Amino acid sequence: MDRDDRLHYEDRTPGVEEYESGANVLSYTAGLGLAVLTTIASFVVAQTDMLWPPGIPVGLIVLALAQIGAHLVFFLHLGSGPDHTNNILALAFGILIVFLVIAGSCWIIVNLNANMMPISVR
Amino acid sequence: MEGEMLGKLSWAAIPFDEPLPLISAAVVAIVILVVLAIVIVKGWWPYLWREWLTSVDHKRIGVMYMLLGLIMLLRGFADAIMMRTQQAIAIGDAQGYLPPDHYDQIFSAHGTIMIFFVAMPLVIGLMNFAVPLQLGVRDVAFPVLNSVSFWLTAAGALLVNLSLVIGNFSRASWWGYPPLSELAFSPDVGVDYYLWSLQISGIGTLLAGVNFVTTILKLRAPGLIYSRMPVFCWTALATNLLIVAAFPILTATFMMLLLDRYLGMHFFTNDAGGNQMMYVNLFWAWGHPEVYILVLPCFGIFSEVVATFSGKALFGYRSMVLATLGICIISFMVWLHHFFTMGAGANVNAFFGIMSAIIAVPTGVKVFNWLFTMFRGRIVFRTPMLWLVGFIVTFVIGGLTGVLLAVPPVDFVLHNSVFQVAHFHNVIIAGVVFGVFAGYNYWFPKAFGFTLDERLGKASFWCWLIGFYLAFMPLYALGLMGMTRRLQHIAEPSWQPLLLVAELGAIVIFCGILCQIAQLYVSIRTRERRRDLTGDPWNGRTLEWATSSPPPAYNFAVLPRVETIDAFWEMKRRGLGSVEPAYETIKVPRNSPTGFIIAFLAVVTGFALIWHIWWMVIIGLLAAAVTILLSGWSDEREREIPAAELAQMERARLGLMETA
Amino acid sequence: MTTATATIGAVPTELARGRGGGGPAPMRIVVAYGFWIFILSDMVMFSALFAAYAVLSGHTAGGPTGPELFNLHNVFIETLCLLFSSYTCGLGALSVERRHPKRFLILAALTFVLGAAFLFIEFSEFAGMISQGAGPSRSAFLSAFFTLVGTHGAHVTIGLIWLIYLVAQFVAKGFRSAVLRRLLCFSLFWHALDIVWIGVMTLVYLMGVR
Repeated sequence: MDRDDRLHYEDRTPGVEEYESGANVLSYTAGLGLAVLTTIASFVVAQTDMLWPPGIPVGLIVLALAQIGAHLVFFLHLGSGPDHTNNILALAFGILIVFLVIAGSCWIIVNLNANMMPISVR
Repeated sequence: MEGEMLGKLSWAAIPFDEPLPLISAAVVAIVILVVLAIVIVKGWWPYLWREWLTSVDHKRIGVMYMLLGLIMLLRGFADAIMMRTQQAIAIGDAQGYLPPDHYDQIFSAHGTIMIFFVAMPLVIGLMNFAVPLQLGVRDVAFPVLNSVSFWLTAAGALLVNLSLVIGNFSRASWWGYPPLSELAFSPDVGVDYYLWSLQISGIGTLLAGVNFVTTILKLRAPGLIYSRMPVFCWTALATNLLIVAAFPILTATFMMLLLDRYLGMHFFTNDAGGNQMMYVNLFWAWGHPEVYILVLPCFGIFSEVVATFSGKALFGYRSMVLATLGICIISFMVWLHHFFTMGAGANVNAFFGIMSAIIAVPTGVKVFNWLFTMFRGRIVFRTPMLWLVGFIVTFVIGGLTGVLLAVPPVDFVLHNSVFQVAHFHNVIIAGVVFGVFAGYNYWFPKAFGFTLDERLGKASFWCWLIGFYLAFMPLYALGLMGMTRRLQHIAEPSWQPLLLVAELGAIVIFCGILCQIAQLYVSIRTRERRRDLTGDPWNGRTLEWATSSPPPAYNFAVLPRVETIDAFWEMKRRGLGSVEPAYETIKVPRNSPTGFIIAFLAVVTGFALIWHIWWMVIIGLLAAAVTILLSGWSDEREREIPAAELAQMERARLGLMETA
Repeated sequence: MTTATATIGAVPTELARGRGGGGPAPMRIVVAYGFWIFILSDMVMFSALFAAYAVLSGHTAGGPTGPELFNLHNVFIETLCLLFSSYTCGLGALSVERRHPKRFLILAALTFVLGAAFLFIEFSEFAGMISQGAGPSRSAFLSAFFTLVGTHGAHVTIGLIWLIYLVAQFVAKGFRSAVLRRLLCFSLFWHALDIVWIGVMTLVYLMGVR
């Protein structure tokens, strides 16, 4: 005898497929289409000579973020309404930590490496 | 028997030629065997299995965490007093009684045990016990997972203690920095004991973090909106968010070191491109949030204690919550201050130095709020309140030395001196240890139905307070005089007087511990005199005091409807309770042996990994997989208590309370 | 003095929306949110591995480098396999929601096959590299590569085993709430793994060949 999951609950979680959370075949197909497009674009950008080389990493990151966004919205049905506040806050916290760990580590280690004595074999 | 069958294990692993570890191991083994014999002879095993080992009740699990932490405190303190004694006598020509090889293992074990197997279990135990009660619900979000978390922590503790008897412990300090911790420089099993026991308990801790974040955000009594949550629950939320965010970093870092040691990879080796500073960087990216994981719940405990024992609502609720969340976020932006001296440039050091100074601000806000709560309150100096006052004075001193160390040029002088050692013991003992003791005295009657003896409680406080100052204030001076940490032998005779004072401090703290042991013993013997029959021995403000002491397994027969902050205080003010509520059938979680079994297999597998007994590893992992698959198949996680039976139990319980 | 818990009337509905005052959430929400938090913790673990890779990717110790080893053609196919398996997983979740057992089984099988294809390509890549002498113990770069990509692959492997286990539960027990909750957790996990792969594909392979 479960609590009735369908009555008056006030929030959604990512991935829940019920009724108005926007889950339908169209949503998934749109997400797939966007993801395929951005994937192809990434592979092209990585191997082309037509772009200014220092801009390529930025382009790749932008495309990756776009694809991740497509996953979050179309596959995980993450929204921005009041029912989704906890999910968005959790995601934002996660993104902050991931950023701090990766960017922080890179900044620190590059700084440390710059101050290291030269080593003959690396 | 050695060779292929048992990996690296052989009779040589047992320290027959080293009297100290051998004797202590023998004593512990005898104690364990005697306890087991008593349990079996008196037929307590079924009771223990049913009521404790397979229990998924957060209250029981909380008590077991506390028990683990307090017992390990004895081991960690034994290490401490051994080090203090060595430093007090090994001066000039004297060599002391601990050879360097042992001394290194002892300081490594001391740090590892105190952080991971004393402070963490105590703090998590108190959160386990109190948070669901304060939230007005029946249990945490994932009760079976809660049990798994506890037992994995206990498994890690067991592995660390096994290293005393079989093999040796790490000599690479509680950090395990490479290249010392790499196979080339620590070929023995010590670092493996360290890594595997912490990986195992780390999984338990991470699962507890997930459990509590979910509980606090999704499982609260009706009407308990965020702005009505007790401050202890807010600090518990921040703590568990930090656990979820920080422990995976430690898991990854230890995994990389293990891959270096077991599969010959080169993350942190001297050759083939390894980068040892990356270990230091990642370790402290976990390590700094870790200390806030330890101290934030204690800030919460003190907030509850100060309000209750001043008879006033906590001053500045909103700023308390904001300060807590601010500390939570900023604690992830300061970690480089643990390695200012290791080669980063001025701009990097400056950024982290400034952030480290900034994080003192929300802590200061908290201190002022506690003081303003006391101002014009009707203060009752029971034991928890003494711990609070001792904490405020002592922690502020420690915090100030922390802000001093946050300035990189100062840190360049004081890094890895005993000044630094004094600083972190100052904040951890005043913050975490005093906080846990306050929480222990505060919630003990709720857990067991009788209060602890006041006189011995107060005596233990004074011993700890005076002992702390005697033990650590000399270290500030010695640090400024140039004494480095972790010295097995002291070459400078002029340091001896201060080291003797420090040794005296350790002895006084030991008296404090003896008082606490006596307090527990005496309180149990004379418990009838201090029975708590009202459920509310301190005239409390929050919902846990609305239940009986101890609460029934289901906590609340009917979940309370919350309308204000300090919900129970409001209920008492309105004088409610004469109308019997409408009882409905409720569900409570069933017991589960999963946690205990998984932990047992974790010990077996961990031990096998440490000693390279590969067939045992495979069997252990397979058995664990089977256990998880079997446990994950069942749907029957809860059992029902029908309304009629519930009504009966409630009437009996309330009848008992009414005769108070 | 009795201390029975108070019942001061029903909770006004305005409290229930968005401020979390509606009482304990239903089990499905609790489980899904808890698993979401767990996934975020897993993302943090991957971020530490990404950070290690970023720092060590240049430390090839005179050994093989990324451009010499990476085959973008295979990576492209791998990526599409995992992406399409995420798609079939999503459609599978829909079919569960709409209670179509046969459709669900077909989609679950497709998800499994595509995921297994991903693993096959990745395993072949690893085996090829190791046979060339470019194994994880050759250099710090290769240690970081094998660990980051290998940890992701290990997660995919566990996911596939979990999928088989859940399908077995479904066959045995049907659309019970516990089974539905676990399938929900699986799809969260599977989509998250695809998100991590986007990071791997971009930061390791696409940036690694220039």
